[in-house]
Amino acid sequence: MAAVQDGPMELDAEKEAKPEILSDGTSNLSGNTASGTLSSSPLTAAPAGGAPKMEDQQTLIAVLQFLKRNKLSESVEILRREAGLGEHQEGSQATDGSGGGKGDGDGGDANSLLSRVSITSAAAPQSMPVKSDCIINIFRCDLPFMFMLSEDQPDVSVVLSAYSQQGDPPLYQVYYSGLKNFIESVLDCHRAELSQLFYPLFVHMYLELVYNNHETEAKAFFDKFSGDQECYYQDDLHILCGLTKKEHLKGNEVLLDFRTSRFVLHISRDSYQLLKRHLQERHNNQIWNIIQEHLYIDIFDGMPRSKSQIDSMSGSLAGEAKREVNKAKVFYGLLKEPEIEVPLDDEDDEAENEEGKPKKKKTKKDSLGSKSKKQDPNAPQQNRIPLPELKDSDKLDKIMYMKESTKRIRLGPENLPSICFYTFLNAFQGLTAVDFTDDSSLLAGGFADSTVRVWSVTPKKLRKVKSAGELNVIEKESDDVLERIMDEKTASESKILHGHSGPVYGVSFSPDRNYLLSSSEDGTVRLWSLQTFTCLVGYKGHNYPVWDTHFSPFGYYFVSGGHDRVARLWATDHYQPLRIFAGHLADVTCTRFHPNSNYVATGSTDRTVRLWDVLNANCVRILTGHKGPIHSLAFSPNGKFLASGSTDGRVLLWDIGHGLMIGELKGHTDTIYALKFSRDGEILASGSMDNTVRLWDSMKAFDEVETDDFTATTGHIHLPDNSQELLLGMYHSKSTPVTHLHFTRRNLLLAAGAYNSQ
Amino acid sequence: VRSSMTEREERRFAEVPRESIKLMAESTGVELSEEVATLLAEDVCYRLREATQNSSQFMRHAKRRKLSVEDFNRALRWSNTETVCGYGAQDALPFRPLKEGELFFVEDREINLVELALATNIPKGCAETMVRVHVSYLDGKGNLEPQGTVPTAVQSLSEDLLKYYQQITRAILGEDPHLMKVALLDLQSNSKIAALLPYFVYVISGVKSVSHDLDQLNRLLHMVKSLVQNPYLYLGSYVRSLVSSVMYCILEPLAASINPLNDHWTLRDYAALLLSHIFWTHGDLVSGLYHQILLSLQKVLSDPVRPLCSHYGAVVGLHALGWKAVERVLYPHLPAYWANLQAVLDDYSVSNAQVKADGHKVYGAILVAVERLLKMKALSLTLAAEGGCAGLPGTATGAVGFRENSLGLSPPPEPLSEPPLGIASHLQAGGAGCPWEEWTPVSLPAMYCELYSFFGDSLAVRFSTGPPLGGATPPGPCQPLEGRKEPASSAPNLENTRKMPQLTASMNISPRRDGSPRMEPQPPSLAATVPGRSLARSSSSSSSVSRSRSSSSRPGRSTSQSRDIFPKARFPLPQAGPPAFSFIIGGRQMGRRCQGRRFQTSFTPTPPHTTLPPRAYAHKLPVIGRVSKPVRRWTCSHYSLHLPL
Repeated sequence: MAAVQDGPMELDAEKEAKPEILSDGTSNLSGNTASGTLSSSPLTAAPAGGAPKMEDQQTLIAVLQFLKRNKLSESVEILRREAGLGEHQEGSQATDGSGGGKGDGDGGDANSLLSRVSITSAAAPQSMPVKSDCIINIFRCDLPFMFMLSEDQPDVSVVLSAYSQQGDPPLYQVYYSGLKNFIESVLDCHRAELSQLFYPLFVHMYLELVYNNHETEAKAFFDKFSGDQECYYQDDLHILCGLTKKEHLKGNEVLLDFRTSRFVLHISRDSYQLLKRHLQERHNNQIWNIIQEHLYIDIFDGMPRSKSQIDSMSGSLAGEAKREVNKAKVFYGLLKEPEIEVPLDDEDDEAENEEGKPKKKKTKKDSLGSKSKKQDPNAPQQNRIPLPELKDSDKLDKIMYMKESTKRIRLGPENLPSICFYTFLNAFQGLTAVDFTDDSSLLAGGFADSTVRVWSVTPKKLRKVKSAGELNVIEKESDDVLERIMDEKTASESKILHGHSGPVYGVSFSPDRNYLLSSSEDGTVRLWSLQTFTCLVGYKGHNYPVWDTHFSPFGYYFVSGGHDRVARLWATDHYQPLRIFAGHLADVTCTRFHPNSNYVATGSTDRTVRLWDVLNANCVRILTGHKGPIHSLAFSPNGKFLASGSTDGRVLLWDIGHGLMIGELKGHTDTIYALKFSRDGEILASGSMDNTVRLWDSMKAFDEVETDDFTATTGHIHLPDNSQELLLGMYHSKSTPVTHLHFTRRNLLLAAGAYNSQ
Repeated sequence: VRSSMTEREERRFAEVPRESIKLMAESTGVELSEEVATLLAEDVCYRLREATQNSSQFMRHAKRRKLSVEDFNRALRWSNTETVCGYGAQDALPFRPLKEGELFFVEDREINLVELALATNIPKGCAETMVRVHVSYLDGKGNLEPQGTVPTAVQSLSEDLLKYYQQITRAILGEDPHLMKVALLDLQSNSKIAALLPYFVYVISGVKSVSHDLDQLNRLLHMVKSLVQNPYLYLGSYVRSLVSSVMYCILEPLAASINPLNDHWTLRDYAALLLSHIFWTHGDLVSGLYHQILLSLQKVLSDPVRPLCSHYGAVVGLHALGWKAVERVLYPHLPAYWANLQAVLDDYSVSNAQVKADGHKVYGAILVAVERLLKMKALSLTLAAEGGCAGLPGTATGAVGFRENSLGLSPPPEPLSEPPLGIASHLQAGGAGCPWEEWTPVSLPAMYCELYSFFGDSLAVRFSTGPPLGGATPPGPCQPLEGRKEPASSAPNLENTRKMPQLTASMNISPRRDGSPRMEPQPPSLAATVPGRSLARSSSSSSSVSRSRSSSSRPGRSTSQSRDIFPKARFPLPQAGPPAFSFIIGGRQMGRRCQGRRFQTSFTPTPPHTTLPPRAYAHKLPVIGRVSKPVRRWTCSHYSLHLPL
């Protein structure tokens, strides 16, 4: 009920047949006439009955002109005869249209004729007869058609052809500044909302000018108005101002993004009405067309939003998310922990804990609200996604995990974690990715020289399994067979994995520490065995660099995302992806699994975070608000919240259930490459290129959000600007950007990065 | 020619001008019309921008701040474009402007692969990537304990290395000279100490804290030497740190030099030698090092506030860096500097005695430096001439002794855009003493004349005599001393050194007011003679002109005050006055194939320089340096300027 759509706004994006636009447009006009609000407008003054007849004639004339231009004189004759059109009529039309210019009786160049018509229509809208308006419409439908005929690249040219001649180039500035004057003159409460129109209109108008080869006008237009745009669009504007030729438009991804997806704006009903009335009064056809064709205005009832509210949500490549996108239900709860009987006799060194341990654990879990034994109402079905069976070794590990968690330090504002920094020396600017195993025993680094290196950060050295021949002679029944299969000769602190042919941009350990994933510029994701330290599989599917990969918390599944703008879900035993998450408008830069493994979050260069359902590959959340490419993501341990960090140095906190931004952590001065919640979720650690690790009070950030805000009809909340209160600590490294952060099971913070000597 | 910023500020990109496109097209043999070039230029700009924008993504994912050539190439590769090869070096590529014609280009130095392949000092390669842990313990308030410093970092070294480090530093800085020698020797040859390098460098950087202790300074310098000579160590960017420590010893007014009894001069000499050694063996590790060194030396030299010992250091440093450095920095700077030195030397007050003694030291150092400059310049001309004829350029000959001889080794004037110290901007801004921008080679005779005007006969003596460049000159140009005494006897010489064109200049000098052993009645004259030819007349006339000019400008000159006017009078000269010197190069060129060709070239130095009588003052100075028998030379009134050209 919130998203009440206005009639004219419901133009379908998928409309293939361009001529429909005409009918749509006219029905739109007549609709307005019927409403009778603007009877004085020449547009609406079109007599409802006479219009169709007139229109037919105009169409005929246009066809005639087309035929003439193509030297199809016989057809011209035939058509003229059949339609009963005299030569004079055609001429008079032209004269009519050009507003008293000399009669272009020959009609030799339809193009020039029609464009002149449109010039007049734009220049003198008041005196313009209705017929010429129709001609414009005809022509607009006509051109794309011709384009399709002449060019064999349907996708690009169709997209671009929407930018055919629409108005007089020099007048673009007039249109734009007319709108600008209007928006600046409206009431404050509406101004902020309507100002959102500036950027998309600016870009579309600029591209239109460029597309129609009006280079100088485009440049003038850009110079005049680019300064008005919000500062967070600077990067895009920078790319945009490089585009000066029609040829440049083809193959430019930014442009295609802009064209293929409608820019989404949230505007309150009042503001929207104001805008519509203005455009119709002033007869600002040009802008109206752009709004109809290229923008999606999501209208809501209620108070207009304030400037800060708008700013916090905007900034992505394609505007804000449509609200209905974020309506889907997300099961963000955690899965039930499998029942594992902790063998009490196993507690040799912790006899005193034996009794209290299970109880203690239970209370703790309850207090966290994350791992209670009974099914969480927000949790997905246990078998919604088929998960691998637990192996014996996994159970052992779970037991270890539980033991460790009893010794976990309870963190909080008064109790910050110590930080252990793993500095990569002699990496020569080549360290590109880092990951720790969950138990913090292994450290993997991806390097620009296409190697992956694995270190043991415990005294236990890395050993390979013996060769097949040697394994044959091992007594398989012995108790220590797992120890015997290891080749002691290969023990070393670190191992190098060779196999990629480009920089390794992402690494991820499997939860059972048997495998390591790495994604690389060479377009592959590789699975490595940590038993043999060899490559097991190369997953090919991304045709472009793979920027990130991440193992599911339950193993078996993993996700990867890359330059081809899609994220893919894989299973380790399938060489093809199980799901393809498509929808981002630019590179997928980082990928993370939800703790319950049912969802995948991806961050992208299009400055949005998306949440995907693993079950059906649907996009269930689009989170906008970042002003730069997103390079780090972290789910809170209870699965309710998501943190994202971007190149603009801000961390944004999201409530997954409601799909809303609930916090903004400002302070970093450079790209945030690492985010991690503490094991209990009280502390959020962020690591950045600015050589700092910052600790934030995430509990406070989550608590301060009024839950009432979510239920408000607008769904827009006030973000408290409390970054400074939430910042608990900031720790500098000497000259080491922080590439990765990890909390050990006991809540010691591990950080990693390569020392940068320059 | 890559790109140049246009004036259009609103578009903040580099643009490739039409002219560049045309040039590039021409270089591949295609003629482009103006229109096509314009269109192409615009498209090229756009494509470049596009590629750059794409490449930034690779940079971001590599978690770097610096866009690398690799990133750009990856962007090109992914857009199916051929990659650009040859720009993968770690160091920034020197991008130079050329004054004339607004030409910009990337310097593309030729690398002698043979030299590279046969180099005995093979770098060890990169150190192994490793992980080190540092823990910050936080208390409840989030405060952390202070970060570790280098000595504690040493603790994290392996047991053996730590022991070695302690032993070595103790031995070198300790009392026992024998132990020190052993330690230094080991440091020089141990192949396993790469991990300790930073710590040694750190120790060496301690020179600043022991500037009162010459002995310790010396030991530290020896440590530098050992490290530099260790063939297993890859010094990398530590060269910079080492150089700065050595430069400290050369240039700083050390606390030890307050006491005149301390022989800090030797320390400076040694440090200068070391500097040149580091530079010649490791200078390639840090680009722009040469210019940074030159610049700091020049800065010291041009700073009149600095004590003379610093100036001395600068001069010996330049000297050690080779004659080219002297030519570029010291020589153009000399006129300005001379005035200051002169003032010091002329102050006979008792209080000034110590300073004056220092001044003499500087004087001597300059003299030695310019002597080598002249000799090497002469030699280089010879080699050039020889190379042109024999086909094989001077590398073979040049490699014999001084490495400066081989012109190929001397680093080309690199662009001054060296980011690390921001030196380039400074250099380009500093107009006056800037040796690189406006530097034009001065011809040898002109240089000689000018220098002669400073040093007078003491230069001539050193120039004509002295051990031939420390016995290191190639055998060809080096001739026995006796052969030079008389022009007549150079004929047999010619046969010995048959390829050498020869310039013989004989000079009559009248050190009238200088109290030299013998008074000569004739006016100063110089005759450059080839066998059988004499130009005595012209030179004598010219010098008489100069005499009259100088006497007119300063009547009181005859009262042994001539040196006073000297710095001022020098400058208006180049415009006026007939040439004072004229040389004739004559000789016989003989290649291996040809019989030999007689040639004779006569050149007159463009600006007439010696309009003043030779500096009388010079002769009073004790001769400093390595000249063997100065006094006997003095007795001769005829000095033959026997130059192997």
